[in-house]
Amino acid sequence: MYSRAYKTMVSLPPLLWVGLFLLLPYALMFAHSFWVVRDGLLVHQWNLQNYHRLVTNPLYVQVLLRTMRIAASVTVLSLLLGYPLAYYLSFHAGARKELLYQLVIVPLWVSYLVRGYAWKTILGSDGVLNGFLQYLHLTQQPVGFLLYSPFAVIVMLTHIYTPFVFLPIYAALEHIPRPLIEASQDLGASPRATFLRVILPLSMPGLLAGATFAFVLSLGDFLAPLLVGGPSGTMIANIVQSLFGAAYDWPLGAAVSVCILLITIALLFLTERLEKRWSFK
Amino acid sequence: MTASRPSRRAPLLKICAALVFVFIYLPVVVLIAYSFNRDGVGGFPPRHVTLDWYRQLFADGAIWDAVLNSLIVAAASVLLALTLGLLAALALDRADFPGKALFRRLVLLPLILPGIITGLSLLMFAVFAGLHLSLLTVFLGHGTALISVATTELFAGLQKMDRAQEEASLDLGATPWQTFWRITLPNLKLSLIAAALLIFTLSMDEIAVSFFLIGRDNTLPLEIWGRLRRGITPEINAISTLIFAVSVALIMVWYRVRTRGLGSEPQEVLERP
Repeated sequence: MYSRAYKTMVSLPPLLWVGLFLLLPYALMFAHSFWVVRDGLLVHQWNLQNYHRLVTNPLYVQVLLRTMRIAASVTVLSLLLGYPLAYYLSFHAGARKELLYQLVIVPLWVSYLVRGYAWKTILGSDGVLNGFLQYLHLTQQPVGFLLYSPFAVIVMLTHIYTPFVFLPIYAALEHIPRPLIEASQDLGASPRATFLRVILPLSMPGLLAGATFAFVLSLGDFLAPLLVGGPSGTMIANIVQSLFGAAYDWPLGAAVSVCILLITIALLFLTERLEKRWSFK
Repeated sequence: MTASRPSRRAPLLKICAALVFVFIYLPVVVLIAYSFNRDGVGGFPPRHVTLDWYRQLFADGAIWDAVLNSLIVAAASVLLALTLGLLAALALDRADFPGKALFRRLVLLPLILPGIITGLSLLMFAVFAGLHLSLLTVFLGHGTALISVATTELFAGLQKMDRAQEEASLDLGATPWQTFWRITLPNLKLSLIAAALLIFTLSMDEIAVSFFLIGRDNTLPLEIWGRLRRGITPEINAISTLIFAVSVALIMVWYRVRTRGLGSEPQEVLERP
């Protein structure tokens, strides 16, 4: 029903724009990762040197592993917080469901930076939490390990991604046909069995979507470590950032970015397949 | 359904949910409370209520310049992302072209990729193309990255749309152009408003991409970022409280729009990154 001219008119501008301002930049990133810097100048000489340096330098490997650990902790914690919340809202909140749902959404609109800053003021050694602990006489000295540690990064990122994990899980729970759950109960399954064999599997696509989101975005985060992480909380994206900044080694930075990109894409691919498997069951 | 077990009262679960809410809201509450605290951020409990930090904030020229910059970038990004997102959604909905699947994935990529990767890629592009870093490059970054949001939202809107109206319009002799302006666009009104609000807020808050594309003029998040490195001041709590208030106001507008019917679900964009 739509003419050829119409189709061209709507397809061409976004194709050109996305090609020029998205595909080309990503391609440039990829190309840079095969180039080198010599005497402070970028040399367009194709080689695998950057990747070689990357895998042989224990520092990079160590930070990458730490980053994966932090991202995994954030994912697990966000699931542990987001799932019960979604479950409660979907099955027990009754009339207050809509209101509570919106209450989960609201903080999503508070700037990422501002929330990070808030955690900084809470966890700092003369911060709110330490003030609170001393006010209650639970501690005499400020507790120092709270801020500028991987712990602080995990707390902040968990705080940011819990609502993001909650949303798809809640949507999945809401889509479970209630008769299925009733059938399970009527047929004598315990609440535990109903949860493990009916509700959990049916909410799996939502759970996977949320977990992927939390993991991938934590993996590439560089602001949380800068805000609350301190030296021991440095993550892989901070290395990228310093390679592009002070260290001025764009090709190596690009190589690290490509690694983050590949991990991300591999994960997305994997969860997409898993999601399909679960939703066909 | 009266006796079904999942709707039985579950005190433990309720406590869990309440604790999660406390965790989610703690920073927001602390932020707001200490913006009124005379003795600065930290210590407990906050004593001596004051509006001094707000007074200081309103006299702070640099912050308001940054606010203006952010507003300009956000407004321009809405226009760009909405226009291209609408075309992209129409293309995905109605046209077939080689590389369509790739195009769909590429458009959505900035939504799921860490901001640093998109930001640095665009930085390399800017250097490659000889562009000076300025608000223009920040706008280019926001506008391009947020096409993803517009496309998702508008594509969902198109899928829900009744095709018969467009067919009728074309059959009755209206040109495709007239059909677009008189049928397609009005039908997408709610999706367009929702997408615009979302793009605007995301652009106002964006920092990871802007971080690498910023020139001399700061956007608000980068101005705050710069100040954070110099130390903590309740002025930042004050501006954050104001941003929060404006965000909440915007959400209320959004819900008003949405509950008037037909609008697409707000969570869709967030759910399907």
